[in-house]
Amino acid sequence: MNAREEVLARIAAAHRAAPPPNLPYEGISRDYRTTSDSSAEELTELLIDRLVDYRALVRQCSADDLAGTIAGALADRGAHTVVVPSGLDSSWTAGLSGSVLTDGLLAHYQRTVSELDGVDGVVTGCAVAIAETGTLILDGSAGQGRRVLTLIPDYHLCVVLPDQIVADVPQALARLEATQPLTMISGPSATSDIELNRVEGVHGPRTLEVIIVQNERSE
Amino acid sequence: MSTPVMLGIPEIPPPAPRGVGNLRGEEKFPNAARRALADTQLRRNLGNATTTIRTKRAQVVAELPDWEELREAGRQLKVHTMAHLPGYLEQLELAVTARGGVVHWARDANEANAIVIELARAKGVDEVVKVKSMATQEIGLNEALEAVGVAALETDLAELIVQLGHDKPSHILVPAIHRNRAEIREIFLREMADADPALTDEPAALAGAARQHLRRKFLSAKMAISGANFGIAETGTLGVVESEGNGRMCLTLPETLITIMGIEKLVPRWQDLEVFLQLLPRSSTGERMNPYTSMWTGVTPGDGPQEFHLILLDNGRTAVLSDSEGRDALNCIRCSACLNVCPVYERTGGHAYGSVYPGPIGAILSPLLTGIEDNASLPYASSLCGACYDVCPVKINIPEILVHLRAKHTETYAAEHRVPSAEAAAMTAAAWVMGNPKRWTLALRSGRLGRILGRKRDVIGDVPLPLAKQWTDARDFARPPKQTFRDWWAAEHGAEQ
Repeated sequence: MNAREEVLARIAAAHRAAPPPNLPYEGISRDYRTTSDSSAEELTELLIDRLVDYRALVRQCSADDLAGTIAGALADRGAHTVVVPSGLDSSWTAGLSGSVLTDGLLAHYQRTVSELDGVDGVVTGCAVAIAETGTLILDGSAGQGRRVLTLIPDYHLCVVLPDQIVADVPQALARLEATQPLTMISGPSATSDIELNRVEGVHGPRTLEVIIVQNERSE
Repeated sequence: MSTPVMLGIPEIPPPAPRGVGNLRGEEKFPNAARRALADTQLRRNLGNATTTIRTKRAQVVAELPDWEELREAGRQLKVHTMAHLPGYLEQLELAVTARGGVVHWARDANEANAIVIELARAKGVDEVVKVKSMATQEIGLNEALEAVGVAALETDLAELIVQLGHDKPSHILVPAIHRNRAEIREIFLREMADADPALTDEPAALAGAARQHLRRKFLSAKMAISGANFGIAETGTLGVVESEGNGRMCLTLPETLITIMGIEKLVPRWQDLEVFLQLLPRSSTGERMNPYTSMWTGVTPGDGPQEFHLILLDNGRTAVLSDSEGRDALNCIRCSACLNVCPVYERTGGHAYGSVYPGPIGAILSPLLTGIEDNASLPYASSLCGACYDVCPVKINIPEILVHLRAKHTETYAAEHRVPSAEAAAMTAAAWVMGNPKRWTLALRSGRLGRILGRKRDVIGDVPLPLAKQWTDARDFARPPKQTFRDWWAAEHGAEQ
């Protein structure tokens, strides 16, 4: 019997020795919240509160001001060389004076690790943002890049569009495809390993800055 | 009618084997605990850290109005999964394989270690980077790799502190919880060749030193080894929940990734993560969400490791599953909330438990995985106060399982020894006394003799008599009152008849 057969046989033996309770999947009680009646403005406000609480920098702007806001953030940071994922809306980086490298999924278009280590920052979009937890989720689709792209540079500037903000974890997962490579980001890299106190800045980007684009209709 | 049994299949699955891994301590809990209690620095470090984390957890749990509903959903999801483990494991295997991953099965620690060694040899690597993982600690993977000349580099800050300090982990989440900032600074200065002599003990400076120390290793690593917080049967997706970004480094930079996952880490469907991604971070680090969570399914062309191996590990888990009163211990999601609230853990720390799984969950999981005879003192390492049950995100009734394991230990002892244990003899004597009202009244009155013992402090402390010493070593008794309740009742109401 190979290991696979034996482990499965052991489980069967365990179930014979101790018959498990009958609880079908559909019978599992899910009485927790999966909807929210908060308005878009309330969710944006909550998201900002939670991002700031975990030491992310936050800017807000209108869609028309996005390119200028990105340029302003990078200038304040002193970031001259930035990398962006392929598929990022080119208008976002139109106002930049420094050099903008593009990183693609195909091997030919991939920047090397040392190139990524040498840039001043990375600019991406995201798939979903969770207001209640202050979480940004990247799923590797256009404008978000492969996973190392937002890991190696020390500064990550992430743009959140109005329709990307959801209230809670259940609503966020419902929008995602599990088989995409997913990265959930809640604040800059941190650790609680020294006396169980949170300290920002270990291996991932030590600075996370978020630009929240405001809904035109709410103006 | 008897159930037909196929040849070669054990009726009760075997426990985790001896001689490998880190599930068994070298001494009994009371002896190890006594030494830990004498270490005032350790007690101060633990007291500070557990107080901090308890407060943070309580705050973020209070933010969710549906916390109890989430706990109940988490519990039921786990119970359901354990009842349908074979189907879900096969589903996971199929999904991972379909997306370019390779699935291996390991009966025990030896087999899992051998698979990793074989893969490391095939790739010709002499160094691997590691994401913090309880499963690899459990099976002693680092030691096994070292024995064949492969260096395993721990990249989690606390694991790094433990590894550089030639120390053992003492907490599920924060293995270096027993060290304070000044001690960590000393370890870094002593063991890190590239550490700045002017390094201060500010946590941010210490984290910066770790970043600098590991960065070159990350950027050049060829092979990484991780555990998994969950594996989704439906999609073949694996997830690692972390804080520092060392996990992301290991999961995305090397060419080859090996993930070792206990067979109990399964969840049926993608949607089920909506429960565990709310329960886990709030319970473990007391955060609304941990800084980074990575999820990957097999191999993604152009993104991350292009070779992926998943090792599904038993190592005693099926033995736990065959214990109807203990099997809920498998539902544990390794948050460590039970450690942080435990009055015993807070005072003794994790090393006293001997196993990589310390605290209340360790006191049940370790003996269940190894068989009660190898960790017999752990179920007694509790005052049964129940705080662990209250905070458990999947509602494991730890006190009930502790009592079950104590009973199991007593039965195992009685079956193996002709002379009854002191406790069993005392219980037999007590049964004889309680079986007769006159004997009972007499026995209660004789209890007043205890007043002599307690006259100094008004409690009875250490009684230097055989039998009594074992009990009173770690416990104070209230000094018996002058009058028994029965005598008082008779005086107040008149004796019956």
